[in-house]
Amino acid sequence: MDTIQIIQEIKNQFGEKILEVAVKNEKRATLLMDGGEILPVAEHLYKVMGLRFIIATALHTRKGFEILYHFSVDLTGLVLNIRVILPHDQPEIESLSNLFNASNWIEREMHELFGINFKNHPNQEKLISEGNWAEGVYPYRKDFHSSQE
Amino acid sequence: MFIPTGKISILRKNKMTQKTIIPIGPYHPLQEEPELFKLFCDGEIVRDIKWETGYNHRGIEKLSESKSYDQVFFLVERICGICSTSHPFAFANAVEEIADVEVPDRAKYIRTIIAELERIHSHLLWVGLAGHFLGYNTVFMWAWKYREPVLDLFEMITGNRNSYAMFKVGGVRRDIENDKIPVILKVLDDVKKKTDLLTGAVMDDPMIHARTRGVGILTRQDIIDYGAVGPTARASGVAIDIRKDDPYAAYPLVNWKVITAREGDVFAKAEVRLLEMYESVSIIQQCLKGMESQKEGETEVTVKNIPAGFGTGRAEAPRGEVFHFVQSDGSNTPVRHKIRAPSYVNIATFKKSCIGQTIADATISLAAVDPCYCCTERMASAYDLHTGEKILSAAELIRLSDQKRAQHPNT
Repeated sequence: MDTIQIIQEIKNQFGEKILEVAVKNEKRATLLMDGGEILPVAEHLYKVMGLRFIIATALHTRKGFEILYHFSVDLTGLVLNIRVILPHDQPEIESLSNLFNASNWIEREMHELFGINFKNHPNQEKLISEGNWAEGVYPYRKDFHSSQE
Repeated sequence: MFIPTGKISILRKNKMTQKTIIPIGPYHPLQEEPELFKLFCDGEIVRDIKWETGYNHRGIEKLSESKSYDQVFFLVERICGICSTSHPFAFANAVEEIADVEVPDRAKYIRTIIAELERIHSHLLWVGLAGHFLGYNTVFMWAWKYREPVLDLFEMITGNRNSYAMFKVGGVRRDIENDKIPVILKVLDDVKKKTDLLTGAVMDDPMIHARTRGVGILTRQDIIDYGAVGPTARASGVAIDIRKDDPYAAYPLVNWKVITAREGDVFAKAEVRLLEMYESVSIIQQCLKGMESQKEGETEVTVKNIPAGFGTGRAEAPRGEVFHFVQSDGSNTPVRHKIRAPSYVNIATFKKSCIGQTIADATISLAAVDPCYCCTERMASAYDLHTGEKILSAAELIRLSDQKRAQHPNT
């Protein structure tokens, strides 16, 4: 299955939940989608289509908090980015860690560094700074400036 | 069974679970880097493991946002001392994707040679450490001795034994002159002979078989569930290798095969790494041959600026897939730089490989993924735990440490 077919299958399955499709080349593609649908989409990608979850990247932008879930199709070398945008206040999204363990640590890390809440995460404790970092201070947010403290 | 006394001296009972907790780390002679594994044991059997990290967290992703693209290469090179080329490699792939740059063939060959030499020395280092974990120090001494000529080669090519500073956007910083090729080929021949010897010694040794076969098994499903990569995945029959799947640099120009094994135990992981070294030697030989016909000095293309956009770069490090995500806004620094080292997903598999095993087998199972803790994390300031206020800055911490050193000059 090539890149176009893969994207077509996801479109057929989830229709209007896919807000935007950007195909850079046959090895790189990005889908912008509704954050509320992340769990069924990830389940389809992982269980039905056999994609591998690489990692997720959180970004703090003007639009809010963006998360890019990077999936790999190892047979063709495609990196498929599933992009969601969460609001500035109370950013939260469904956790994928009940689906696969690969996202467990990175969701804890994003929670710790960006303050994004992952609903139904099995264990959303701090990953890096357990016991030596203040609550409610998120160092990777753009409004955090270490020189000002 | 031999348990180092360091471990049992700090045994304590956890009242909640009535299981004995055995801490391995944060500073332990078996580990080269600080990390705390809490083994919850029932007699000799490990029932659960809790992992505490953060001792090495340096905030590299955040630091990267304040460096120019040229400087980031030197920064990411310092994520890991062993696979110090794989991070610049993945970063270069990501940035070149944004800028849509094709590097010259000679630069591709040089990049590949550096990456494969690194794989050889990293695998030799692991084989040595694995021997050390098993109490088989002869293997440790041999492997590290045979690793030295590879490091000498690095010194000849790049000027450094580690942290080579070879990469830049659009190519490499130094050429490998054609008159160095025979010297490199000679060293590779020697390395191959020594690898034969080491592989024979490890694969035929009944002691090593007894300690590693059937130990720390990861099934195919475990690998898929945890998203594990590299030799850890390939030893369980999951044939993923970025060099083959998403070819970059000179990998599509040379012939080689992906080494896999089926058993998923510690022995299979050792087997995959040992046999991979032969493939690496072959790849380097082919690259050197390819370089001979190229004109010396054509090692880079000029990239004036990095346009806005994002790129995802991947490279196969000795431990598996390194993933870099770079977001650019058209300025000379990345807006966001996400780094995922292979150990980040590989270490997490300890939940599957160690639970149910004896304490002695747990250590080698932990070591079997070739964990790299400084890769997994990526302190500059001290903050108050409750208020979040800054107490000491990095400069003050350095001043305090200098003061202390001046007071105690002999320590």
